[in-house]
Amino acid sequence: MTLTQDRASVRSPGRLADLFERGLAAPICLTWELTYACNLACVHCLSSSGRRDPRELTTAECEAVIDTLRRMQVFYVNIGGGEPTVRPDFWELVDYATAHHVGVKFSTNGVRLDAAAARRLAGSDYVDVQISLDGATPEVNDAVRGAGSYATALRAMTNLAAAGFRGFKLSVVVTRHNVSQLDAFSQIAGRFGAQLRLTRLRPSGRGADVWPELHPTAGQQRELYDWLAAHGEQVLTGDSFFHLSPYGEPLPGLNLCGAGRVVCLIDPVGDVYACPFAIHENFLAGNVRQPGGFEAVWRDAPLFARLRAPQTGGACRSCGFYDSCRGGCMAAKFFTGLPLDGPDPECVRGHGEAALAAAGLAARPHPAADHSHRPGRRAVPVTIARRPPGRSCDENPLAPPAPAEPGRP
Amino acid sequence: MRPEPFGALLYHFGTRRLSFLKNQTVLAVVRSLADHPSARAACAAAGVPDAELPAYARALAALADSKMITERTLA
Ligand code: SF4
Ligand code: SF4
Repeated sequence: MTLTQDRASVRSPGRLADLFERGLAAPICLTWELTYACNLACVHCLSSSGRRDPRELTTAECEAVIDTLRRMQVFYVNIGGGEPTVRPDFWELVDYATAHHVGVKFSTNGVRLDAAAARRLAGSDYVDVQISLDGATPEVNDAVRGAGSYATALRAMTNLAAAGFRGFKLSVVVTRHNVSQLDAFSQIAGRFGAQLRLTRLRPSGRGADVWPELHPTAGQQRELYDWLAAHGEQVLTGDSFFHLSPYGEPLPGLNLCGAGRVVCLIDPVGDVYACPFAIHENFLAGNVRQPGGFEAVWRDAPLFARLRAPQTGGACRSCGFYDSCRGGCMAAKFFTGLPLDGPDPECVRGHGEAALAAAGLAARPHPAADHSHRPGRRAVPVTIARRPPGRSCDENPLAPPAPAEPGRP
Repeated sequence: MRPEPFGALLYHFGTRRLSFLKNQTVLAVVRSLADHPSARAACAAAGVPDAELPAYARALAALADSKMITERTLA
């Protein structure tokens, strides 16, 4: 998603970001990972997916969550995983959500998007699709997402385009190896009538292990910023790159970490985390199975109250860029072992690199759940087989649909 | 349209755009548009001072541009 602020706004009592910092009645960017099962095993999977978790929410429990979302007037939910389409009740849940006026945007590697599925998707106003692709060529993509995954994604896009689905998303996690392919990604999106969506590689899940080698270098960050500044209007970012704003004009978007304020995650077993990139007990707010369900967690979790309280800014406080950068991404700091109130590991002023060197690798925390396929073993008992997803925030944290922001006064 | 402490959020499923109403007054205006013959009348009823009418006009125009509000069709 992409949440952008529109220039048309009415003069307001404060910047939108300031209003949002205090939290909302319901999340704007809610990610729901339906399963940890996945046919792929992307090296940077944010949720360390692969094997299904036996405690996964049942169909009835999922429907109860959707009922809650409808009551809370959540406009749409970003469904991911794992590979959500491998859940046998996936289409049933999509239909249930849209029948209850909860829109669905789901992320997929394309494995189940045959011609029939594409036709069915093209028929609904309430469903949007994101196809994950992390290289504009098979070599670059398959090195990260696995052999054959480029072909799978292209076939899915071909099916969507043939079915007349206009404007689906081509979702790319920007890495050291594909940052030079941004124009090529634009061309691929154009070829299928899709919209390009670029998001940040965060050191979450298995991404923590590959982040040091895969995240764009400082020089590449600069190129990325310039490219986004030049193409900003046509490209969605989920507000992923606000930590690069100090390079120039702020990029479109809210420019704040939305964790627990406008962003949150429901994982396959119903655990509610502050952000899809923060699957760790420190950011676990509750579970949808507890009394009061998701609504009570969102409203009353002590963790969320803390995240919605004014932040100090810590070591970034004295930085002249703090207003647009706000110290960057909480999850990126956490999983690289940096203090949450200090600079982002990709701080454009270079403070992150220095802090990383000082902290050392030993300081890095481990994600709460690892459902990766185990080498040498085939799937696990439960249903599906192996596969992990690969996108990254598809769900961006703040990235919602394109924006517009009227209302000012 | 979803009420929020600061005003409201609007979402259009067709355009997939999110919009914000940043205060209670503009929310009241938008809510009552259908009950008034004109946007100006709706603003007056919601107590918008004359000096602020241009700002409200811009906000409503932005909503119309993003198809959040549309001209009424005469049945
Ligand atoms: S991805 Fe990072 S910046 Fe975005 S909401 Fe999550 S923790 Fe905050
Ligand atoms: S010091 Fe902090 S606020 Fe300044 S650019 Fe770096 S991360 Fe951003």
